[in-house]
Amino acid sequence: MTIARVDRPRRAGTVSKASGTGGTGSLPLRRRQRRRSRLTALAFVTPLLAYLAAFYVYPLYRNLDLSLRDYTVRSFVSGDAPFSGWDNFQKVLDDPTFGPAMRHTMIFTFVSIAFQYAIGLALAVFFNRHFRLAPTLRALFLIPWLLPLIVSASSWSWMLNSESGVVNYFLHFFGVDPVGWLTSPDWALTSVIIANIWIGIPFNLVILYSGLQNIPGELYEAASLDGASAWQQFRRITFPLLRPVSAITLLLGLVYTLKVFDLIWIMTKGGPGDASSTLATWSYQLGFGSLLPKFGPGAAVGNILILIALVFGLLYIRVQSGQRRQET
Amino acid sequence: MIPNRRTLLAALAAVGTLASLTACSGGSDDGSGSTDASGGTYAFWDPYPQFDASSPWGKLVSECGTKAGVTVKRTGYDTTDLGNKALLAAQQGNAPDVMLVDNPVVSTLVEAGILNKTSDLGLDTKSIQKNIIGAGTIDDASYGVPIGANTLALYYNKKVLTAAGVDPASIKDWTSLTAALNKVKAAGKKGITFSAINTEEGSFQFLPWFWGAGGDLTKLNSDKGVAALSLWKGWVDDGLAPKDVLQNTQTTSWQEFATGDYAFGENGTWQLGNADKAGFDYGVINIPAQNGGSAPVPTGGEFVTVPVQKDSARYDVSKKIVECLTNDTNLLATDTTLTYIAPTAAVQTKQVAANPKLEPWVSAVAAARGRTSGGLGSKYPTISQPMWTAVQSALSGGKSPKDALDTAQSSAEKG
Repeated sequence: MTIARVDRPRRAGTVSKASGTGGTGSLPLRRRQRRRSRLTALAFVTPLLAYLAAFYVYPLYRNLDLSLRDYTVRSFVSGDAPFSGWDNFQKVLDDPTFGPAMRHTMIFTFVSIAFQYAIGLALAVFFNRHFRLAPTLRALFLIPWLLPLIVSASSWSWMLNSESGVVNYFLHFFGVDPVGWLTSPDWALTSVIIANIWIGIPFNLVILYSGLQNIPGELYEAASLDGASAWQQFRRITFPLLRPVSAITLLLGLVYTLKVFDLIWIMTKGGPGDASSTLATWSYQLGFGSLLPKFGPGAAVGNILILIALVFGLLYIRVQSGQRRQET
Repeated sequence: MIPNRRTLLAALAAVGTLASLTACSGGSDDGSGSTDASGGTYAFWDPYPQFDASSPWGKLVSECGTKAGVTVKRTGYDTTDLGNKALLAAQQGNAPDVMLVDNPVVSTLVEAGILNKTSDLGLDTKSIQKNIIGAGTIDDASYGVPIGANTLALYYNKKVLTAAGVDPASIKDWTSLTAALNKVKAAGKKGITFSAINTEEGSFQFLPWFWGAGGDLTKLNSDKGVAALSLWKGWVDDGLAPKDVLQNTQTTSWQEFATGDYAFGENGTWQLGNADKAGFDYGVINIPAQNGGSAPVPTGGEFVTVPVQKDSARYDVSKKIVECLTNDTNLLATDTTLTYIAPTAAVQTKQVAANPKLEPWVSAVAAARGRTSGGLGSKYPTISQPMWTAVQSALSGGKSPKDALDTAQSSAEKG
């Protein structure tokens, strides 16, 4: 970078010197050149800006606009909804569904992440031993990732069915009474979390496994010469050296899990009652789930969700830049 | 420098072309609303994605277009999607010319101001049964013509009932129904299955019991509403109905009944075709009211509507298409395909003559009410959602029926 920075003014200097012999026309020419190159640069940036504006800025703006206006179906069509300030947010925050939805979102996110990470790490360490069937088995663990979500969610919902599901069928063999996995308010959230953990393990496994590959083998050799046990090796070498990869896995996982909607919607639709409704499913429920759409409050919940994701996103950027500073 | 300028120009030209292309495609969408009275294309939406262009329904639609001298472009959407699609299209100013929508959606679309009154179009709706067109009537003006009606009744499995020693004719009220369920359970079979899912389907299935107790949708937490919910909760708690009714759609509920293990299944007219394929003898009784007699059931089925267009010259052709779809001959054909009950007495007689099994359904439809009738209109959705949530919280054991309906009533009042 520094070299390039030194280079550029020098080249410009030679140009100006060469054109300086030309006399009076030099200054406008240079200016024209600069303008032209600026225009070229702009032409290259324009598609990107247009893309960002059309697919990121405008939808976000519309969502904010929806959440700040008092939309009814009539004003939605005619487009003259009155500005209502924070009314929609107030309505959403006062709604008896808000507390549980927020709580469920947090439990869902953090419990999912904790288990996904722990299991993913355990499997990554396990597969890092390079035994014979390791690549095949590792590939098998990727299956949840390859299946379309509608397939895996429907399968889970079928397996956990209270009347005819295989899970209750197995429990029956051990003399356990059937559990209302998706029909009991005590279990519904647990069930969707279990399914989500299963879906999230491959992501954690793959990233952590690639992180493990970057830890030099000599460290382990040296440690074992010093008489370190397997657990000590994990605690003193693997875990600390894996910290940057772990941080990124966890933060990406947070943002992904926060917005999980399809899995819950397919399995329970947020029910029974609102026992497994999260901010994401509630937002959809408000906007599209009933015959009379409530766009305003639905968008408000969506914005709250975006805000939470943004906080985690900023945290991610902070951690990442901190790491970069450590590296240099 | 010259190549640079060329790239610049090329880039600008490319962006320009893209922009004009998208503008063009936007324009051609609007084409459905442009003037072209002789010939031209008319957009037609319906919630029957299961029928393609070669099906009798698909053929009927395009035939009606040809008769009116235009080409009809038919698009089938998922029922749950159609209402929102219509609102969005109306916002963009490219609503279809003719649209078939589920009856409770009509009042929402009227509220949005995007449907024409049938009287303004000059459509004749005199021959249609009052209670069926009621779902599309707001402030004494109707906004669509029903293509057919369906409703709910109790299917029963003859073999299971005989084995348990239950005579279906003895089921007159809730007490005798519950007694029958207990007998079936004692005989080692399963009682009843229905759908109590947290969508409109759940409310649709709960209404016959709610109304059968004398409940009023404007007061969900009355003793009568609580009685209806307690009946359902009692069945689930006592194992007379399975726990998974909470997840059942009407389709999965039907699949449970079709296993042959269940004595009763609450389901609709549209399952008659599947009932013949189920492989066991079945019968149909009307859903009993709490203290005897038939409970009022909700009407289902779609309405043919004509959304508002900028160019009112198009209405003449749209009207012809609607009249063609809803004339007696075509209604008979369509309602036979859909296994719906026709909305006019004349066609109903013909239907029963062709298929005597439809008899109990015709009487059920005659006793049915529209969900949005009785002045509820677009208030219904704000009542229905708290109601299905209450059903879910009570059946899952989260709340008592009274508490659940109290919560529902307070959130319904908030709107």
